[in-house]
Amino acid sequence: MSHLSYLAVLAACLVATAPLELVLHVGVYAQWRRLLLTLLPVVVVFVAWDVFAISRRMWTYDPRYLVDVTLPGRLPLEELLFFLVIPTCAVLTYEAVLTRRPEWRS
Amino acid sequence: MSYTLLAVLGAAAAVLVDLVVLRTRLLTTRAFWVAYAIIVFFQLVTNGVLTGIPIVRYDPDAIIGWHLVFAPVEDLLFGFALVMITLSTWVKLGGRETRRAAR
Repeated sequence: MSHLSYLAVLAACLVATAPLELVLHVGVYAQWRRLLLTLLPVVVVFVAWDVFAISRRMWTYDPRYLVDVTLPGRLPLEELLFFLVIPTCAVLTYEAVLTRRPEWRS
Repeated sequence: MSYTLLAVLGAAAAVLVDLVVLRTRLLTTRAFWVAYAIIVFFQLVTNGVLTGIPIVRYDPDAIIGWHLVFAPVEDLLFGFALVMITLSTWVKLGGRETRRAAR
């Protein structure tokens, strides 16, 4: 069970923000091409940062809390997913604010 | 290079992306700051879990040593850079046409 800990944190983020799409109808997942195009440069830049930090041992991950999938650069699978999930939650939040307060766009 | 320096440079680069590179100027909008305030609260919760268990450990020599809900303060700058670059890119790729077409 503990091997799913990090994955569970990420899943909780997606579950917690899902009502923004399903109830508030922010239309972020509906614009999935725009979302994927947004995530692409973000993933490239921040995975590079992460791999660099891992190589310098700035931070380390406890394997007891990870599923045992390590990507090139000794990057845990969860870290790649982190850079997909967290930016998606950020976009959902931003669009939720705009949905309720369109006048705050500028 | 320490995580401290890298985090400061990352946050500064993110500001440049918003104001100069993509010219989305989200930093001047209320929507960005309100969204960021919400995101930071949840970052402290989730990052608190990750660093409190701890699933992630930091080299004491790579950070300045100030912590907030278990996490090094550098994570706030890292998170800001991540959110800033994400939202700037999202807005740059958007526009009202895209929004209407998707609905």
